[in-house]
Amino acid sequence: MIRVIAAFALMVGLAAPARAVVEIAEVTSPGGLTAWLVENHEIPFVALEIRFAGGASLDAPGKRGAIHLMTGLLEEGAGILDAQGFAEEAEALAAEFRFDVGDDLLSVSARMLTENRDASVALLRAALIETRFDADALERVRGQVLSIIDADSRDPEAIATETFARAAWGEHPYGSALHGTRESVVALTQADMFEARARVMARDRIRIAAVGDITPEALGALLDTLLAGLPEAGAPMPPRADLGLTGGVSVVDFAGPQSIVLFGQVGLPITDPDYFAAYLIDQIMGSGIGSRLMTEVREKRGLSYGISSFLVPRDRSETWQGYFASANEKVAEAIAVTREEWGRMAREGASEAELTAAKTYLTGAYPLRFDGNGRIASILVGMQHQGLPRDYINTRNARVEAVTLDDIRRVAERLLNADALRFVVVGQPVGLAQ
Amino acid sequence: MFGARIWLGLSLAMAALPAAAGGVSQFSLENGLQAVVIEDHRAPVVVHMVWYRAGAADEPRGTSGVAHFLEHLMFKGTDDLGPGELSATVEANGGSDNAFTSQDYTAYFQRIAADRLELVMRMEADRMRDLVLSEADWATELQVIIEERNQRTDSNPGALLGEQMRAAQYLNHPYGTPIIGWRHEMEALTREDALEWYRRYYAPNNAVLVVAGDVTPAEVERLARLYYGPLAPTEGLAPRQRVTEPPHLAERRLTFADPRVQRPYVTRSYLAPERDAGDQTQAAALTVLAELLGGNPATSVLGRALVFGSGKAIAASAGYDGMSLDATTFSLRVIPAADVSLAEAEAELDETLAAFLRDGPDPAQFARIRSLIGANEIYERDNVQSLARRYGEALTSGLTVADVESWPDALRAVTEADVMAAAQAVFQRKNAVTAWLMRPESEGVLP
Repeated sequence: MIRVIAAFALMVGLAAPARAVVEIAEVTSPGGLTAWLVENHEIPFVALEIRFAGGASLDAPGKRGAIHLMTGLLEEGAGILDAQGFAEEAEALAAEFRFDVGDDLLSVSARMLTENRDASVALLRAALIETRFDADALERVRGQVLSIIDADSRDPEAIATETFARAAWGEHPYGSALHGTRESVVALTQADMFEARARVMARDRIRIAAVGDITPEALGALLDTLLAGLPEAGAPMPPRADLGLTGGVSVVDFAGPQSIVLFGQVGLPITDPDYFAAYLIDQIMGSGIGSRLMTEVREKRGLSYGISSFLVPRDRSETWQGYFASANEKVAEAIAVTREEWGRMAREGASEAELTAAKTYLTGAYPLRFDGNGRIASILVGMQHQGLPRDYINTRNARVEAVTLDDIRRVAERLLNADALRFVVVGQPVGLAQ
Repeated sequence: MFGARIWLGLSLAMAALPAAAGGVSQFSLENGLQAVVIEDHRAPVVVHMVWYRAGAADEPRGTSGVAHFLEHLMFKGTDDLGPGELSATVEANGGSDNAFTSQDYTAYFQRIAADRLELVMRMEADRMRDLVLSEADWATELQVIIEERNQRTDSNPGALLGEQMRAAQYLNHPYGTPIIGWRHEMEALTREDALEWYRRYYAPNNAVLVVAGDVTPAEVERLARLYYGPLAPTEGLAPRQRVTEPPHLAERRLTFADPRVQRPYVTRSYLAPERDAGDQTQAAALTVLAELLGGNPATSVLGRALVFGSGKAIAASAGYDGMSLDATTFSLRVIPAADVSLAEAEAELDETLAAFLRDGPDPAQFARIRSLIGANEIYERDNVQSLARRYGEALTSGLTVADVESWPDALRAVTEADVMAAAQAVFQRKNAVTAWLMRPESEGVLP
């Protein structure tokens, strides 16, 4: 099922509020694991999403990149299978597994056919619990990571991201690339891989969601089979990251026709009472197709192919950021226009029409997210991570609607500060003062 | 495994369609509009798409980029809609919209709550014939597409090499010209170029409507008659007949050095046949061949030999997409390991191909790939938008609904002998372009 029953009102003008209702069951396995489930037996497969909080920020001191490398090795040999044996088995079962890690979460995504479910679960269990970290696999995947590090050193977007992160968070894990440096990755050993797994993959930080062709009883049994033997506790969570951003422009020289620009200032946590107001401000300023930044930078002046802003509420620090690319001769003007729009929002807030348009977009778009088993499972597991209740989906649009024009003005004035924006420019900008 | 991250995205067309994806039906209108409806009632969402049988390969010589330029200009308003109003209206209703241009088609789509299908259809029908372009709008938009070229092509050595490779691959056919256009021709595009293109190709008798999601065929047809029905067709629009390739007699080799190269690699493309209406056998064999050679990074022939066996490569891959109006390409790519030269990597690639042509596929791998065809049919039912896209692409690439629906069977019917015959036919070096992407300091001497 994707019983996203959405009760759309009849169209009134252009702004009909939409409501999505997803029936989420909470399932507790006999072994005590909790998962959220949306049952849908229309298509014979199940999507399973697992998250481990802490992610790559749990790297031990001096071991930057260990959790990232470990994540890349989960499917490279497990139980009685070597890397190729594992891949052959997954292919034969048509089971799809994806392992990924970010600053805050390690993600496991699986799609398993109903007819092959038991064997698929056994295979995934091997990857999660019985990983081998074979020496040859370690060397092969290490080579891939070093190739990524090398490529990133020549990639203007990666350079911009790293430069921005270093300025923002310094020595905190957020301040460096999670794949580590050449030196740190070269030094990692097999023992580091076992240690990295133990630091992040543990029951005390797991979140689970399943969507598709499975009953609550079958899911409970599946979880115990899949995760029995997972350690109880991992490493302590990392500390909060102090944001060291200051206003100004940093230029990194990079040859090419365009400059890449990443900019940002302090943001706010998702638990802040003003978060929804900020979310609407961001929508008006730089997230929508007809946003102020798109209108001023692209539509009116042709300075860029696209520009966007976005709130980045990480678990341990919050920023409000934006991104664009612009020809070297135009980037100074694009930055000036961006600063001006940022300041105008802080001074004036938004208009009634803008707020209404942003609300109708966000409330109308919300139910459209729930359109596939894997997508729904990802949303559910994200909600668990953010500490949101199961009925959040039914109340979320009301929270958007509750934001007033005064809220917008107050929160924009409180948070937005054009002088506090740090612009990281990677390219050869013309006429831009640092 | 970080193959996906390292890999640069050769598309794989193994993806098969469910025979009955919750019901696929079609109809056409008197003015020539062809329509496909795909029902999926799991979520109250609809995807509305209009595909035009006009892509970059149909551009008059000297105006490269005009198909894509017009795609941008289609958002500038009509006699009834102001500039940007269509997108703003879609967004105000919680929907999203976008467009894309390829060599063979230009397509526009909206994704929105199912009860707002009529709204988007009314606006899309309006801009099929009634586009208005002000002097200021087209000139600014020209700057935007030049920035797009800056961002996507000129800032990306891999994209620049790809452009040069296609130009070398096609001796005569317009697929050798980039979709976004050559910069000097883009800079010279005019409002009149765009409008001529628009008037000729944007017409119901050159369009395919695809509506997918929580809708019924009867309701879609009722609305289509109401909004698209009254539009006038373009008279005298004949089926597309593009120039064809002469025999390729000489292998082509390119080297491209750029300090911005993130990962040197060697890549080769061979001219290859595409899927044709009623004749998809060879394309199906090539699709299976690509999966065998370079699909799964750990189990494919190239992955086994170059990444896991000799360790000379970080990643090795093959790609083939038969969805194309005219002759397409079969591609191979190897990213060498840190201390391995491009010459060594290419030599390993050639040895591996020669061994494959001599020994044939591993029967176990062949059997696993066959089993994936059915699994993909199941997984694909989960994404109605990609289903819709598949039909739109097919119907603007010379295929029919029947061809789309028989594709899984065509894949299942492929034998090991079919694969080997297709490989022998395609892997001819005289049909191939081999290219090295290098950094200036890396070894650059051709073997």
